[in-house]
Amino acid sequence: MKPAPFDYVAPATLDDAIGALATAGDAAKILAGGQSLIPMLALRLARPAVLVDINRLRGLDGIREASGILEVGALVRQGGLERWAAGRSPLFTEVLHAVAHPPIRNRGTVVGNIVHADPASELPALLLCLEGVVIARGPRGERMIPADRFYRAPLTTALDGQELATAVRFTLPAAGSGWGFAEVSRRHGDFALVGAVAVLTRAADGTMARARLAFFGAGGTPVRGTAAERALEGRAPTPALIAEAARAAAAALSPDGDIHATAAYRRRVAATLAERTLTAALDRCGGAQ
Amino acid sequence: MNKAAIRVTVNGQEHERTVEVRSTLADFLREDLDLTGTHVGCEHGVCGACTVLLDGEPVRSCLMLAVQADGHRIATIEGVAPADGLHPIQEAFWAKHGLQCGYCTPGIIMSACAFSPRSARAVARGDSRDARRAPLPLHRLSLHRRGHRGGRPGA
Repeated sequence: MKPAPFDYVAPATLDDAIGALATAGDAAKILAGGQSLIPMLALRLARPAVLVDINRLRGLDGIREASGILEVGALVRQGGLERWAAGRSPLFTEVLHAVAHPPIRNRGTVVGNIVHADPASELPALLLCLEGVVIARGPRGERMIPADRFYRAPLTTALDGQELATAVRFTLPAAGSGWGFAEVSRRHGDFALVGAVAVLTRAADGTMARARLAFFGAGGTPVRGTAAERALEGRAPTPALIAEAARAAAAALSPDGDIHATAAYRRRVAATLAERTLTAALDRCGGAQ
Repeated sequence: MNKAAIRVTVNGQEHERTVEVRSTLADFLREDLDLTGTHVGCEHGVCGACTVLLDGEPVRSCLMLAVQADGHRIATIEGVAPADGLHPIQEAFWAKHGLQCGYCTPGIIMSACAFSPRSARAVARGDSRDARRAPLPLHRLSLHRRGHRGGRPGA
């Protein structure tokens, strides 16, 4: 047996789960899909005293789309959202396809991936790009945490130890938007060395009403490419403007170097991927006009 | 609570056991049920050698606690072949020499079983005879083995 000993509770209701977290505090970890937590237990990188298994909770497995908002409950597996996305959202389909492998996606949850906060993971960057929110429930009730205030550091979020993320909400791109997604990884399914996701929405006059760009694997948290967004919004995009916006966004990054890639390499690849994803997004909303 | 009583159906047969809660499903299958056909390789979800079917869907048994399998149906490589032969996927692997050392082959076979929903359902039920008859959409499966010129895709 590889994990260090822990106590295991599998509460039947959300209130019991929050009660268990309140009792154990920071000594507890929440087990949903377990595809990141169980390896960390096996490697003893995590040694929680208590594991709170939320898989028996009811009502957390829903995918709801209303008024341009997509709400995904804490027990929706990545594979479940992939099935929802088939034929509905090529953006979600492509992003989810890059998350590990099908057997991992059969267990791993969307919300778990987002709150695990691996800076090289795709879904946190998608949440940031689509200006999502995390819905958290704790002893003092429910709160909504916007994605751009959620990520603090690698594997560290704004959730406190007594809170449970019950769902996330994505703002779906408005009609007439275009999207782009690209990543560089050593093998398909690995965490990305660097990746980017972009959504562009064109106004009736041909200018960019809205530009959103997010990077992953390019710092301690997923990062918005605000320099690119500002450079594009309100202007009629051209390939030259896109290239300039991508360079500006990449210049603002402070990626880390590690055994997989140097910081300089990551910044360079980030600039290329930003240009590619913004170009793809532009092409999907009508191209340069 | 460090131990828990669980009831799981493995290859159509029901088992009731008390398990340590920190035991993975892979270790439970191998050590408690003596089903050592499920192999453990990397033990952190990358290699796929330990893949089993959970309610008909492929999952990594090293990335799941045994206690989480309570009330679920598991299918392992031991349940794939009928008593009198091989599952078509196994037969194809055999015929085409579709393996090298074979250590991760149980995981590849289980993943391949899930490509045919009827086969996966039958294997999950423990009905290897029906699994053998189920049609396989073979175009969805491509296997690449490296460094072995004699090997051809088995499926």
